[in-house]
Amino acid sequence: MKKYTKEHEWVEIKGREAVIGITAYAAKELGDITFVEVHPEGTDVIVGDVIGTIESVKAASDVYSPISGTISATNTELEEEPAIVNNSPEEKGWVCKLDNIDLVELEELMTKEQYDKFLKESASSSKK
Amino acid sequence: MELIYSKGKSGRRGSSLPKLDVPDANSIPSSLRRKKAAQMPEVSELEAVRHFTLLSRKNMGVDSNFYPLGSCTMKYNPKVNEKIAAMPGFADLHPLLPQLRRGGALTQGALAVIYETERMLSELLGFSQTTMQPLAGAHGELTGVMLIAAYHKAHGDTKRKIMLIPDAAHGTNPASAAMAGFDTVTIPSDPDGNVDLDALKKELNENVAGIMLTCPNTLGMFDKNVKEICELIHKAGALAYCDGANFNAIIGRLRPGDIGFDVMHVNLHKTFSTPHGAGGPGSGPVGVCEKLVPYLPVSCVAKRSDGTYALEYHHKESIGYIAPFYGNFGIILRAYAYLLTLGKEGLVRVSENAVLNANYIRAKLIPYYDQQHPGYCMHECVFSATRQSEKGVHALDIAKALIDRGIHPPTIYFPLIVKEALMIEPTETESIEDINKFIQVMIDIAKLADENPEAIKQCPLTTPIKRLDETQAARKLDLASLE
Amino acid sequence: MPYIPNTDADRKEMLEAIECKSIDELWQKAQIRTPPPALENIPAGMSEYEVTRHLNSLASQNATHLVNFVGSGYYDHLIPAAVGTMVGRSEFYTAYTPYQPEASQGTLQAIYEYQSAICRLTSMPMSNASLYDGGTALFEAIMMAVRITNRRQAVISGAVSPIFREMIRCYSSNLDIELIVVPVKSSKTDSSQGALVDAVTDKTACVLVQYPNVFGTVEEWSDTVEKIHAKGAIAVCSVYPIALAMLKTPGEMGFDIVTGEGQSLGIPLSFGGPYLGFMAVKEKLVRKMPGRIVGRTVDLDGKPGFVLTLQAREQHIRRENAMSNICSNESLCALTALAYLTCIGKEGLLQVANLCAAKANFARDLLLQIKGIEPVGEKAFFNEFVIKLPGDSSEIVGNMIDKGFAAGFPLGRYYSDRKNQLLVAVTEKRTREEIKAFANAMEAVLWS
Repeated sequence: MKKYTKEHEWVEIKGREAVIGITAYAAKELGDITFVEVHPEGTDVIVGDVIGTIESVKAASDVYSPISGTISATNTELEEEPAIVNNSPEEKGWVCKLDNIDLVELEELMTKEQYDKFLKESASSSKK
Repeated sequence: MELIYSKGKSGRRGSSLPKLDVPDANSIPSSLRRKKAAQMPEVSELEAVRHFTLLSRKNMGVDSNFYPLGSCTMKYNPKVNEKIAAMPGFADLHPLLPQLRRGGALTQGALAVIYETERMLSELLGFSQTTMQPLAGAHGELTGVMLIAAYHKAHGDTKRKIMLIPDAAHGTNPASAAMAGFDTVTIPSDPDGNVDLDALKKELNENVAGIMLTCPNTLGMFDKNVKEICELIHKAGALAYCDGANFNAIIGRLRPGDIGFDVMHVNLHKTFSTPHGAGGPGSGPVGVCEKLVPYLPVSCVAKRSDGTYALEYHHKESIGYIAPFYGNFGIILRAYAYLLTLGKEGLVRVSENAVLNANYIRAKLIPYYDQQHPGYCMHECVFSATRQSEKGVHALDIAKALIDRGIHPPTIYFPLIVKEALMIEPTETESIEDINKFIQVMIDIAKLADENPEAIKQCPLTTPIKRLDETQAARKLDLASLE
Repeated sequence: MPYIPNTDADRKEMLEAIECKSIDELWQKAQIRTPPPALENIPAGMSEYEVTRHLNSLASQNATHLVNFVGSGYYDHLIPAAVGTMVGRSEFYTAYTPYQPEASQGTLQAIYEYQSAICRLTSMPMSNASLYDGGTALFEAIMMAVRITNRRQAVISGAVSPIFREMIRCYSSNLDIELIVVPVKSSKTDSSQGALVDAVTDKTACVLVQYPNVFGTVEEWSDTVEKIHAKGAIAVCSVYPIALAMLKTPGEMGFDIVTGEGQSLGIPLSFGGPYLGFMAVKEKLVRKMPGRIVGRTVDLDGKPGFVLTLQAREQHIRRENAMSNICSNESLCALTALAYLTCIGKEGLLQVANLCAAKANFARDLLLQIKGIEPVGEKAFFNEFVIKLPGDSSEIVGNMIDKGFAAGFPLGRYYSDRKNQLLVAVTEKRTREEIKAFANAMEAVLWS
């Protein structure tokens, strides 16, 4: 199951863990990503907490946790190779994993179809 | 160009030093000595001078190029001021002398400079007193909001933790507020680019400490509601801070203290002609109304009844020491000379001509560039490269095309609320001939953007380097040449 | 009108172009509708000659003729004449912050070379482009440590400059940061390293020390730094850069953040500024460092070039979450430091340090031969030392001024238990004769 937030994060449930990353749209908006920083393993977070920061040349964007839990793993490959987030934002470019999660929280989030619709709507409203 | 460290050779030097005329002995044990001498350059004096001269030629400066960098007020830096700052009676003066017994008498000339500059600034800003201590504009902002914090604290108003900041503000404003312990709340702009009054009213409550307002605003416009905003803020028990980065627009014509602001900073390296130095040193004096005077940083220069000057250190409610001594004295000195040279009638002409020049450029470029916020501007005009970007030519490309044409680009992509912003500030020190040349170049670029956009996206071509790989710079950090 | 080229005819032409009849109408249209202020306290303008004469007269009222033995963090060093020429190129000083790299390679390369010089002096891998001064740099180091450790307490040695400590106290007052000062006994001049380590708890973000410390004393810090690290805190050292030409470096001793006042690197005393704050850090901390940073990269053709980098840390991008609010820094002072180090050179810098240390040693020996003057504290010092006088040192300094000497800094001003102590600094500018005359004058002031 994969869900999306209005802040352009995605969360995918794999077994007892939630994998979190930023969407392809967010990665494109940020431009060439130069640095990814994530809170250390063992950090407890609740929905909406900042779990990390992604920097590009001209921007810095906080990553908010779509779900509550404990950070169980971070994507260490991004330390050396932050460009992975640009090249594969929703697969190899995952940011961190959480355990101790409660799946009920996912009900609030958007499905892929809802997120795509949300993107379309916000694009047309910003043009006005 | 080679680094200075790759030039010269072992054993070469560019300086001569006095001979050792005392026994060659000291108390540092060998265990506390560095093992290898620091690898500083080993070049002759000529090699040193030539290296710097060649480097300098890879720069654009006000002395060599038209430099309409918006919000930065790149006016001419008078040369006499540099000579004055180098006078040994000022340059060689140790800052601790006044702290020695009877030391006050040793630095009367320097104290007079600080005091007299302070008095003139207070008069121009419409405030009771001004501290000359802040070391830059952002440092002035921090000082100003710390004064606001001190004021509320002294009144037992400890709940006031919120600083209101318009969305058009410079990034230093929220950063300064955060450094003074405030939480920031962003106030949106209305379609004219002014503070949205309804949105402001909604945020006003007993937790608000103040507002930081750039006046004239970052669009180069005077918000006609400023007076009302100050009144609303005061009614809510908060204080109004004026970011005076744009003071060049109103100097001699309008005093922020008169229209309701409680505290403001000005940049001596903008309005008062001191050099920007490629990123400082600056100076950001802060003027305050009467009720904030007790909290000003120490030390303060006071004039005694016998006409002598003295430093005061013991102000009970002062926020304390924001600078090691008395501010960036060398910069204050240059500003003092500028104020004396221009005098009252000259200072009035500064804002008149700065505003006239900016409006002239605005009028001439309207047919060629879009404006998100049309109307008469103050000392700078903001255009939007939206028309050009439909052809793939962005503000950045226009900037680079200007560099190829010998003009330093305007400020781009600021304020953030304007798409593809091009912020042009000619200042009063440019002649109509040079302004006309700039206008013509901007028109040529607009035409080229329409006819041959690719030609602009290649720019710059005449510079020592082409566009740089900034992504690599941030990913593979190379910040120093180590030994 | 000086500096304003528009003639009346120009103004008329421009007003027509913008459809205004007068400047007054322009003000109206630009929303300025209040009457102009009277500005009664602004005098009439003066000619260049008059301004120069007036300022010459003010300059002559400053006692720069005194033979100077005052240091306390701000030193009277020689400045090679070429430094002024090099930095006086107006392409440097009339430029803005190098946001447009293609039009600023001169400044950018110079700052990269400056960063390199700071790294080489301190033996640290990364430096920023400058901060305001030594005091603000030390405060920024605390904020950095707070961000890194998520702890909110700073342990500060009492042997850190009281000027810096006052500034830190001022800046911290609204920030929920606890400052713990570890005092130094008045009979001593070392930094009480044991007590410093004892003061570190699991709440401590960093420990701040000075090297040489404010009393001029030079100490080995390696073991203490290890102990600070073992407790999870960051070790911060404020240094005197000229001393580093000779001394074991803070990098070698394991410090995480090195800051300092760079005035001694060719920048005139100029009554308190502009000066130069510098900061160098370990590699893994660089993204938490405040201030501008220049990096080397390549252009579209693969040619090396320089650019401001890691800007995503800064206020114009991260606003209230920025590492600092700093915008304009002390770029030209950083350039001055580079020009100084380039002219003085590798050999010269070591020679300056040796001259300072030897002359200070000579001065201290002479002063200690005077009846009633006693040594205070540790033996190892660089170019500044503490002596105890047989009376209130501030009074004695006042009397020395009449003899033509700024005899040192009376420590009683900042340390109430050191009223008789004097902090004396000697630089390469002081000659053997001046030092002997100084000792003679001191003897006369004390005993005749």
